[in-house]
Amino acid sequence: MHRIFEALVTGLAQGAMIALVALGYTMVFGILKMINFAHSEVFMMAAYVGLFILTALGGAHSPWIAGIGGTVGAMIGAAALGMLIERVAYRPLRARGRGTRLSRITPLVTALATSVFLQNAAQLMFSAKFRPYPRLFEQTRPVIFIVAVVVMVLLNQLVKKTWFGKAMRALSSNEEAARLMGVRTSRVISMTFAVGSGLAAVGAVLYCLDQSQVYPTMGVVIGTRAFVAAVLGGIGNITGAMLGGLLLGVLGEFVKLTDYSGGVDVLVFLVLIGVLLVKPTGLLGSTAGEKV
Amino acid sequence: MIRTVHPIRPAVVAPAGSSLLEVSDIRVRYGGIQALKGVTLRVDSGEIVALIGANGAGKTTTLKSIARLLPLASGTIRYAGRDIASMSTEDLVDAGVALVPEGRAIFPNLTVRENLELGAYAHRNAIAIRETLEDVNELFPRLGERMNQEGGTLSGGEQQMLAIARALMARPTLLLLDEPSLGIAPKLVAHIFAAITAIAKAGVTILLVEQNTRIALATSMRAYVLRTGEIALQGPSRELATNAEIQAAYLGG
Ligand SMILES: Nc1ncnc2c1ncn2[C@@H]1O[C@H](COP(=O)(O)OP(=O)(O)OP(=O)(O)O)[C@@H](O)[C@H]1O
Ligand SMILES: [Mg+2]
Repeated sequence: MHRIFEALVTGLAQGAMIALVALGYTMVFGILKMINFAHSEVFMMAAYVGLFILTALGGAHSPWIAGIGGTVGAMIGAAALGMLIERVAYRPLRARGRGTRLSRITPLVTALATSVFLQNAAQLMFSAKFRPYPRLFEQTRPVIFIVAVVVMVLLNQLVKKTWFGKAMRALSSNEEAARLMGVRTSRVISMTFAVGSGLAAVGAVLYCLDQSQVYPTMGVVIGTRAFVAAVLGGIGNITGAMLGGLLLGVLGEFVKLTDYSGGVDVLVFLVLIGVLLVKPTGLLGSTAGEKV
Repeated sequence: MIRTVHPIRPAVVAPAGSSLLEVSDIRVRYGGIQALKGVTLRVDSGEIVALIGANGAGKTTTLKSIARLLPLASGTIRYAGRDIASMSTEDLVDAGVALVPEGRAIFPNLTVRENLELGAYAHRNAIAIRETLEDVNELFPRLGERMNQEGGTLSGGEQQMLAIARALMARPTLLLLDEPSLGIAPKLVAHIFAAITAIAKAGVTILLVEQNTRIALATSMRAYVLRTGEIALQGPSRELATNAEIQAAYLGG
């Protein structure tokens, strides 16, 4: 019984973290209908930025200052990187490729290339070695869960209540109609990359507090899980990404209780395939808003 | 009465001796297809002008060109005396031009209230939003009863009301309507056209595209007939309604 409870807590913490990263995939997909494969590398870069700032602020000697400062710094860095990627890699393609035959495949290939580029850039800048993350708190998991939930509640308010949130949802529903309302699409797209990357940065710092290390390819594992969570919840749907993340986290920890603990990722994909067979749009995904 | 004063921008007036909207000899092509072959029309302040024509005549293309959603191959468009050829759709909305697109294009997964609020995105003025919500409620009571419902759950007629109401939220000077009667029950069509007349009475200038020639001519003061990308006929609506050619082609004899 105690082990089950423990697994649930750990799972929720893991899941909330995955959800933070999944949100970036789903928000960008919502407005651009493309998968931003570079998102996992924004996550990784944010982890490094977080590490450097955290260490500079005294690390374990002043856990709160270091933790908050590191997180905020990582968020700012990630937001800037996300906006830069959109600006340099995706926007020129959007401007040129509108309506052409390959307008959906070209950005996808570009996203993959950007991802590889950033991974290599990180190896050059930070070297391939694993770097330890300072241990800030005795009990990390509750901190992770609480921070992640607070951030998601704030995001929900942002999306539901602010003009940016409304503009973003309008844009994801119908670009031309959004423009007819006076919504500046480029600005909203930029902001969406900034917000999605900022969320990934929170996820990155939390992840490192939990796993205690950073390395240039760390984005691959968590990125894949987050992407699966986004698709599982219904890509394009913000609540879906949160739900998908939590489900994956809890599921993963429960599997670890059994004899098949090595098979977490296999199970994750089995669940994904199972859900998509029954409901191709994911758990909360709808087709209503997506008359392409 | 519908309040139409814009909260931020001074009233838009056409300079003396010119019209609010002047479209001169515009040509528009989709790839190899020339959809507009030199369309010229004008709309004066306070008018309802109808643009009628058969399927594929180029009505939607004309409205989208005015709204700057399509590039011009040649020709000019002036709004309130200003050349708007190089203006963006978004800037034009700020300047007071609202388009209710063909097929309505409401945001189906947003609530009716959120749809309406987005209509006010260009000015985002809380007082104007509250006032226009009241006005819209009065104009279309059915919308008022469905404020928290998702737009996609409305009937076709209600969605059309929502699309028109959403455009009014911007406090436009010029309203472009693309086939408001499309796919809507006759009873609701009458209701919607009564609303259009009320909107015009409140001081909004309207360019109305329709395939329902009878009701378009009955509602408007002047009309243009578009035929394969060219203006074939124009004149006061009352005269056009009795024109033999129009009767044969568009009013079923
Ligand atoms: N996106 C497009 N690509 C290619 N051709 C187009 C496109 N949109 C319209 N056309 C063509 O341009 C011409 C004018 O179309 P438009 O939609 O303006 O007509 P319309 O008068 O609005 O017709 P309807 O009454 O059916 O709405 C038609 O021949 C149409 O096939
Ligand atoms: Mg049309």
